Amino acid sequence: MSTIDIETARRVAKLARIRVPEENLPQLADQLSGILTFMEQLNEVDVEGIEPMTSVTPMRLKRRQDVVTDGNMQAKILSNAPDAREGFFAVPKVVE
Amino acid sequence: MTLNTLTIAEARDRLRSRDVTSVELTQACLSAIDGAGALNAFVHHTPDIALERAAAADARLQAGDAPAMCGIPVGIKDLFCTAGVPSQAASNILKGFVPEYESTVSGQLRDAGAVMLGKLNMDEFAMGSSNESSSYGNAVNPWRRGDDATPLTPGGSSGGSAAAVAADLCLGATGTDTGGSIRQPAAFTGTVGIKPTYGRCSRWGVVAFASSLDQAGPMTKTVRDAAIMLGAMAGHDAKDSTSADIAVPDFEAALTGDIRGQTIGIPREYRMDGMPTEIAKLWDDGTAMLKDAGAKIVDISLPHTKYALPAYYVIAPAEASSNLARYDGVRYGHRATLSAGDGITEMYEKTRAEGFGPEVQRRIMVGTYVLSAGFYDAYYNRARRVRALIKRDFDEAFAAGVDCILTPATPSAAFGLGEMADADPVAMYLNDVFTVTVNLAGLPGIALPTGLDTRGLPLGLQLIGKPWGEADLLNTAHVLESAAGFVSKPGKWW
Repeated sequence: MSTIDIETARRVAKLARIRVPEENLPQLADQLSGILTFMEQLNEVDVEGIEPMTSVTPMRLKRRQDVVTDGNMQAKILSNAPDAREGFFAVPKVVE
Repeated sequence: MTLNTLTIAEARDRLRSRDVTSVELTQACLSAIDGAGALNAFVHHTPDIALERAAAADARLQAGDAPAMCGIPVGIKDLFCTAGVPSQAASNILKGFVPEYESTVSGQLRDAGAVMLGKLNMDEFAMGSSNESSSYGNAVNPWRRGDDATPLTPGGSSGGSAAAVAADLCLGATGTDTGGSIRQPAAFTGTVGIKPTYGRCSRWGVVAFASSLDQAGPMTKTVRDAAIMLGAMAGHDAKDSTSADIAVPDFEAALTGDIRGQTIGIPREYRMDGMPTEIAKLWDDGTAMLKDAGAKIVDISLPHTKYALPAYYVIAPAEASSNLARYDGVRYGHRATLSAGDGITEMYEKTRAEGFGPEVQRRIMVGTYVLSAGFYDAYYNRARRVRALIKRDFDEAFAAGVDCILTPATPSAAFGLGEMADADPVAMYLNDVFTVTVNLAGLPGIALPTGLDTRGLPLGLQLIGKPWGEADLLNTAHVLESAAGFVSKPGKWW
């Protein structure tokens, strides 16, 4: 039985960049615990010597020449931006 | 007879003989849609585009040599990006997003002359089995339990597509299937849905959920229609590096109706404890039908079946957490209103909290957790190893001579909207128990209706084929469809 405590739930929400109000953390922790407990059935399986699957169909990814194939569409690229200024995506000031 | 009730094959033949026009057919569908607001299947209506494309299709038909889908009115799941038409994956985080480009699959349909009627409801980001996680509100199943007016789910995530096809609002619709999202709603609505082999249809321009599992496919009234529509959707696309560079066969020509000598596997692990007798009987009846048609029936074992759901619910959220990281309020979609002094982290956190619904948030966080330092091996890599074993089970069955596998499509008929509201999230995940193995193994699977339950709701069976074996799979499904003779339609109440 896996248990996610409130502190872990808070940390996961932070990593996922989703603001979760403090009062919702207990329910989130409960639900995550339930899902992780369900996943723990996987521990019953003998996976010794089995490689993790990377591609469901055995295929080599196609290669292509590393050249520009498209471009010059700044207006299209910015057309859905919540905030675009002077040809750029605008975001709040980032001060590190 | 109203034109919107035609199958794609019937409409194609009548369009080609100029017995009807695409404009007439399209108008019949548009008025059916106008009268079906209660189903909430179409969430963005594009009548102007539809009539313009219908007129163009008529010109092409007049000139002769038009492809099979030319002039056929279809609905497009909201997950497909459609140029100039809102495409928001039923999520508030993509509210207002109008793509500048067309997905490859919807573009191929357009180029084949298909007429887009509008965008179809779905679960948010295709995460759900009941259409209840949609930002548009749920779609409603046109089917009811006899005289009982309780609204039922059309299934999910392609619930709007299933409801629209079942209610004759369109002749066919696109769906996508990550764990059963085409096949479960098809089974819940008495329609046909095929998830092709992974790589058969391009994923380019389809909003990503779990990239190693997602596949697009058609949802139609008949198996023949699925064959016709899949032919127009499939094919190699240089813009999707996982799309397969192999020829697309003529799927309709494969419907010979002859399955003599084919070997059909019946996997014993799918006979779950507590399986409703109606589902067990449906499965037994379907088995008998295929046997009567000359197939050889063999019992097979797929020993890792019970681990498919937990493996899926590690892998799919892990991939989703990565894919959905792009929704950050910068390039498209919703951005939260910020307070004075909020920086970029607050912008991300508030935007994503406002934009994503509860199920999507939950899956992103599960995915974040299983990919986080210290848990990656214990959860994610273990799930990928189990996935390899699930695929190996199928490989061994096919190597032993099985051509096709028959299973139930869903553990039950359509359930009531809201009935699962208080249930554990895991209870909802059990809807995918028969379908999710197919995504994990990358195989083609088709759901088709073969019977009704005692309350008059449709029930479906699933056939699973070999990789790239859609042609044979469709032929076997066509035989089962003919033998089952399912012709019921929902009584019109909307």
